[in-house]
Amino acid sequence: MQIYLPIAELPISILMVLGLSGAVGFISGLFGVGGGFLLTPLLIFLDIPPAVAVATVAAQVAGSSMTGVLTYWRRRALDFKLGSVLVSGGIIGTILGVLFFNSMRRLGQLELVITLSYVTLFTFIGGLMLYDALRAALRVRAGKPVRRRRRAGTHPWWMGLPLRVRFYHSQLYASVIPIAILAVVIGFIGAVLGVGGGFILVPALIYFFRIPPAVVVGTSLFQILVTMTGATLLHAVTNQSVDMILAVLLLLGGVIGAQFGGRAARNLNVDSFRLLLALLILSVGLRFAIELLIPPSEPFSVVLPESAR
Amino acid sequence: MKWALASFVIGLGALGLPGAARAESLIASVSSHQIQISSNYTGDQVTVFGLIERDGKTTGRGDPYDLVVTVRGPQRMLLVRQKERLGPIWINRTQRRFPDSSVFLTVASNRPLREIISPDSARRDRIGLMNAQRVSDVMPESYPDMDRFREAMVRLLDDKGLYSEEERGVTFLSPTLFSAPINVPATAPTGPYEVEVLLYAGGVQLARQTTNFEVIKTGIEQGLASGAHDRPLLYGLATATLALLFGWMASVVFRRD
Repeated sequence: MQIYLPIAELPISILMVLGLSGAVGFISGLFGVGGGFLLTPLLIFLDIPPAVAVATVAAQVAGSSMTGVLTYWRRRALDFKLGSVLVSGGIIGTILGVLFFNSMRRLGQLELVITLSYVTLFTFIGGLMLYDALRAALRVRAGKPVRRRRRAGTHPWWMGLPLRVRFYHSQLYASVIPIAILAVVIGFIGAVLGVGGGFILVPALIYFFRIPPAVVVGTSLFQILVTMTGATLLHAVTNQSVDMILAVLLLLGGVIGAQFGGRAARNLNVDSFRLLLALLILSVGLRFAIELLIPPSEPFSVVLPESAR
Repeated sequence: MKWALASFVIGLGALGLPGAARAESLIASVSSHQIQISSNYTGDQVTVFGLIERDGKTTGRGDPYDLVVTVRGPQRMLLVRQKERLGPIWINRTQRRFPDSSVFLTVASNRPLREIISPDSARRDRIGLMNAQRVSDVMPESYPDMDRFREAMVRLLDDKGLYSEEERGVTFLSPTLFSAPINVPATAPTGPYEVEVLLYAGGVQLARQTTNFEVIKTGIEQGLASGAHDRPLLYGLATATLALLFGWMASVVFRRD
C-alpha cells in the first residue's frame, strides 16, 4: 500500500516505512541513541530528498525519545541535572556547528567534510569501544576478575577539575567543565552531521565519566528530546522540509520499536550492551569508508539543489 | 545561360514545394489538463491525441506522416556531479550546472527518431532527449565536457523514469488521427507541463502544435504542502506537538510498571 508524501513529493510504501522505523526504533530504545544516524541514510536511499529526510527524522527522533524519557524517568534512571548541563552546552555547540556548516558550504566542501567525519568518527569510536568490550569479555572468559571501574578515591584527572558538582542520579561527583566541553563538542558534531549525537554521548559518558549505563541512556534521551524538538521547529521554519505524513509513519513504527528496545535493554548485561553498540557504530563507519574507497560504478550523480524543491 | 536559368527555376520549385506543402495543420489536445495528486497517487497517464488536417490544395505525398510528441516538465536547475579519485578516496570533484532543465522529459514518436529526421534537424528542432533541453546556446557555464555531463544526466534521469524516449509511443488510429499515451511517474514534479507535437514527412517539418497540462496537489496533500510554506512556525509546532504526543501515548499504552 502506497501513500503520497506531500513535502518529499513521492509515494512510498507504508509497510516498508513502518518496518524500517520500527527496526531503527528498537535500536534507539535499546541503546538510547536517537537512531537518526541510521534512519537518515536509509530514507535518502529510498530517494527521499536529503533535506526532507534530515528534517523529518528530527521530528521522529523527538517523538521516540519522548517515550524513552518517560520510561526512564519513571524508573528514576534519568538525571535532569546532568541533562540540563548537557543541553545548555549542546546549544552553544549547535550554534558553532551551524556557523562551521555554512562556511564549509560556501567553500563547496561540505559533502566531503560530512563523509570524512562519518568515517573517522564512527570507525574511531566504534573501534575503540569494540576493543574495550572485547578485552573485557576476554578477561571474563579467562576467569580473571573484571577490573573494577569504580575504586574509592581514584578518578581520572578531568573529573577533579574545579567547579565540581554532585550528580546524585548519575553517582557522579565531577567538575562541570569537561561535561560542558563534551556537550559543546556533541552539539557541534550534531549540527554539522545532522544527527542527535547520542551515539557519541552515550559511550563518552560511560567511558569518561563512568556513569551507570541505565542512567546514561535516560539522560542522553533527555538531551536528544530537547535538541531534536528544537531542530524540528528550526527545519520547519527555515527550510519547510518537514514532511508531516512521513513523520507520522516514522513515529508509529519508531515509538513501538523503541518500546520493545527499551524492554530488551533491561535484560541485556553491560558487556554485551557495549559490544553490540560498538559493532553497530563501527559498521556504519565502515559503510561510509567503503563508499569513499571503492571505485564507484556510477561516477555521476544528478542533484536538485534543495531550494528548487 | 538557358540551362542555368532552367536549373534556377527547378531549384525555386524545389524550394517552394515545402512551402506549398504547409497546407497540413495539426489539431492536438490532451486527455486531461490537470493531474491531481491525492494521498493514493502513484503516477498517472495523459494521452496526447490529435488530427492532421489537410485542405484541398494539399498535394499527394510520397512520404508517410511522422509525428514527434515532446513533453517537457517543470524547469529547475540541475547539478551533475562526477566522482573522481583523490589519493585513496573517491569524491565529487567536478560539477556542471544545467539551469532551466526540465525535470521530466518524454519524447514519443511513431518510429525511431533517426528514421524520421537527420541528426542535424533533430538538433535544430530540439528533438530527442539530448536536444530537447537546449534552450539556448548561451550557457552561463560552458565547458568542453558539457556533453559528457549532459549524457550522464539524461542516463540517470532515464533510470529514474523521469526521462524516456518512446520509439513507438505515437499510434496512428487512422492515416490522420493519432494518439500518444504519456506516463507521468509519481516522482515527476508538480507544475506546468508543455506538450509539443511536430508533424514531419520525409524529414521535413510540416506543422507544429502545442498544448499543456499541469500536475498539482489536491486535498490533504495540498493542505499540508501549503501549510508548510505559508505558516511554517505553526506547521512546525504542530509537527513537534504531534511527535511528542505520539511518544507520550506510546509510553501510556505500553506502560507495564
